[in-house]
Amino acid sequence: MIENLGPQLWVVLPELLLALGAMALLMLGAFRGQGTTGIVTGLAVVLLIVVGILVLRQQGGQAFGGSFIADSYARFLKILAIIGSAATLIMSAEFLSKPDRRIFEYAILVLLSTLGMLVLISAGDLISLYLGLELMSLALYVVAASHRDNVKSTEAGLKYFVLGALSSGMLLYGASLIYGFTGTVSFAGIAAATKTGSVGVIFGLVFLFAGMCFKVSAVPFHMWTPDVYEGAPTPVTAFFASAPKVAALAVFARVALTAFPGITFQWQQIIVFVSIASMALGSFAAIGQTNIKRLMAYSSIGHMGFALVGLAAGTVEGAQGVLTYIAIYVAMTLGSFAVIMAIKRNGQSFEKISDFAGLSRTNPLLAFFFAMLLFSLAGIPPLAGFFAKWYVFVAAIKAGLFTLSVIGVLTSVVGAYYYLLIVKTMYFDEPLSTLDPVRIELRTVLAISGVFNILFFAYPGPLVSAAAAAAKSLF
Amino acid sequence: MTTWPILSVVTFLPLVGALLIYLVPRVDGEPERLNVRVIALGTTLITFAVSVLLVLRFDPGQTDFQFVEKSNWLAAGISYHMGVDGISLPFVILTTALMPFCIVASWKSVTNRLREYMMAFLILETLMVGTFSALDLVLFYLFFEGGLIPMFLIIGVWGGPRRVYASFKFFLYTLLGSVLMLLAIMALYWNAGTTDIPTLMHTAVPRSLQTWAWLAFFASFAVKMPMWPVHTWLPDAHVEAPTAGSVILAAILLKMGGYGFLRFSLPMFPLASHDFAPLVWTLSAVAIIYTSLVALMQEDIKKLIAYSSVAHMGFVTMGIFAGTMQGVAGGVFQMISHGIVSGALFLCVGVVYDRMHTREIAAYGGLVNRMPIYALVFMVFTMANVGLPGTSGFVGEFMTLLGTFKVSIPTAFFATFGVILSAAYALWLYRKVVFGALTKPSLASIKDLTWREGVILFPLVALTILFGVYPKPILDMSAASVQQLVTNYNTAVTAVKAAALLQ
Repeated sequence: MIENLGPQLWVVLPELLLALGAMALLMLGAFRGQGTTGIVTGLAVVLLIVVGILVLRQQGGQAFGGSFIADSYARFLKILAIIGSAATLIMSAEFLSKPDRRIFEYAILVLLSTLGMLVLISAGDLISLYLGLELMSLALYVVAASHRDNVKSTEAGLKYFVLGALSSGMLLYGASLIYGFTGTVSFAGIAAATKTGSVGVIFGLVFLFAGMCFKVSAVPFHMWTPDVYEGAPTPVTAFFASAPKVAALAVFARVALTAFPGITFQWQQIIVFVSIASMALGSFAAIGQTNIKRLMAYSSIGHMGFALVGLAAGTVEGAQGVLTYIAIYVAMTLGSFAVIMAIKRNGQSFEKISDFAGLSRTNPLLAFFFAMLLFSLAGIPPLAGFFAKWYVFVAAIKAGLFTLSVIGVLTSVVGAYYYLLIVKTMYFDEPLSTLDPVRIELRTVLAISGVFNILFFAYPGPLVSAAAAAAKSLF
Repeated sequence: MTTWPILSVVTFLPLVGALLIYLVPRVDGEPERLNVRVIALGTTLITFAVSVLLVLRFDPGQTDFQFVEKSNWLAAGISYHMGVDGISLPFVILTTALMPFCIVASWKSVTNRLREYMMAFLILETLMVGTFSALDLVLFYLFFEGGLIPMFLIIGVWGGPRRVYASFKFFLYTLLGSVLMLLAIMALYWNAGTTDIPTLMHTAVPRSLQTWAWLAFFASFAVKMPMWPVHTWLPDAHVEAPTAGSVILAAILLKMGGYGFLRFSLPMFPLASHDFAPLVWTLSAVAIIYTSLVALMQEDIKKLIAYSSVAHMGFVTMGIFAGTMQGVAGGVFQMISHGIVSGALFLCVGVVYDRMHTREIAAYGGLVNRMPIYALVFMVFTMANVGLPGTSGFVGEFMTLLGTFKVSIPTAFFATFGVILSAAYALWLYRKVVFGALTKPSLASIKDLTWREGVILFPLVALTILFGVYPKPILDMSAASVQQLVTNYNTAVTAVKAAALLQ
């Protein structure tokens, strides 16, 4: 095995570079002190971009006996996760510029968490799955509490940690059951051993899925989401809402589709239930929210439900739907959080929905982009969010999941109500005082996300065909 | 024949106008407003002029789609496909023709956030024209639903006191109906492998799918139309919307429902349409009688006209689902006529609303003494709303009733009561507002039509009377397409009946 380690390392080159880079930056920060926060953050973004380019140009392949798979599925999602991480790092610039928050570890934790995501996305067996998941999660727990003098932030970190540990436990328990009943940890091996589902394997599958549902914050394992979203600093919330969701959903789909294709019927029922419950809770529970970050939390629960509609189909179209959905979702989420971070008056952030009142008069362009993002999140054509929903539901219809589809689109109407409430606040209500000038990095992220969102319909080809190619590599 | 994509130009020209308006320098004041208004008016006029080219080059003898444009878009089977036939072209023209009137009607009455207002209207125009000329279901849905966003903002930002309630009701009601249609579109996509409308029209759809898809499409179009009992959003939306918003809503957005029935329900699901026709007739007859009675009790002028719209749309659905040549052609004609007449009626309401800032019927009376020209104009439209012979309203109602009489005498019998009731509420409204002594002190100094209002209303008077005595242009334009639609529909239905007899 030693002689062909070289080519194998070539496959994990982006991950290696990210790990080494993160450690180098850690050294830089550790020896030069907190004054390097800005430099470390900047270099971290550069590092992510370089890793992104490497991932993009990488030839596919496998490493370490199939534990690590670099296929076009992994490439698509890795790029997405890296974009999410890089964008949130850029948007964190202001948060990190305050004297009491000069924490260079923030960027390094984000890098390590991203490394975990990349491993997770490429996981080819249960061991590397757990390895990636824990690397990602441990960094996330700390990041959630990064505003350490703030009670809410530390509470969010602790809550996330305790519940996260519980879910990891369940996942491990499920993984060990599956190993016990199939005698292998590799997805391909499990697939070969579960042509017919024995009760033990299904038992393990349920626990494994429970752990995954926790990570994508799907009902009934969503309880942590609103509290963590509200408590964590806003840039961190933006991070939570984008990149980790990509990675968790990626591995969820990969496990379901490549490790258990023989018992699709069995796990399909779980996904259908989880999906319906997430969509319903995401729509109904968000209605009463007054805090925009809490509302985004419920919104993300709902959106995970929609993405799982595609997975429930269990087909190649379904996988394509999931990939398209998550890509568009990341774009919409990053833009929305850029707006939320821009709501500052006299240097102070505001998080209540009523703080958006009359934004269309004080900051017309900001309000316009946000309104379009909200309509898009509601799935109104011709915005990108509509196409996201199109691809997941079209797969579900083909797979004959009519009940799921009907419930899904009906909850999307309920969901439209609370997005409209924000539009109403911005457009119909009397304006408050003007905002502070919006920082350039927020404007950039918002502009890119907004333009992508509005003009997606004109040129959907590249994303759609990339998602289709990525989905095919799973089957 | 054509070397440039004339239909796309008509569709997307207003969007270019909206962009231009965005680029108008911000100086805040009358010059800026004037620039915005002139650009909006110019754009709608040019769009109308280009759409007239469509009429000139249109060959009414052909049943196929014309001015077809097709290019790759979303995936295999989902393409950017545009084109018009005799059924859709009248609606395209109606849209482009009414838009300049809407812009002029808002000339003075809208000053608050004028730029956004005009942009919303122009974007809405693009989406409306697109709805009528899309030849791909996904593209159609895109335009159809996209129209919700600008209309939501128009009602919510520039509307009356209960605008928030009305805009939410409008948006969510319509969305709820449409999402089910979206699922049906997906099912059709997997059935035929494409969402291309001309292809789908010639693809047999299994019976069970026809039933479900018909119901899903019906949910969307019945809300949009609106049919009783899902019409309740309309009076609210009409009352709260600004004048031009009401005009667009009544004249064009409602027609999307009827257009949908003609374009999808009848040709794609003939068997289901035949099965459900009695349901549609019943709902239509109920709508005609019930909403006419409700209209009799209204105290708000706009609300009364809104309920009368629901009743008139009842004639349209009844005629369409009669499935006869007269019924369908009458339905098309009734929609165009109603587009002109109801639009004009809302403009008339706007005229007095701009002066008095109230829509209470009780606040008016005796306007004829101070506003003779207005009284005359309003009378023409009232008579057209009643369906007096010699106005365009008569032709549509008569033809739909005639067409329905051939297939269902009870429906036609009950629907005819609507003609009497519409006379009752319309004349009552006219008497209350226009006739009598001018006793109210607030009305003592009211002025007659300005030349700007005259410019809007006189052409519509002319059209109403012209189509009343000479409906041929519209009927001829749609005749071939309607004929083909009816023939295909009846062939499909009789084929199944024959098969059933053989068994």
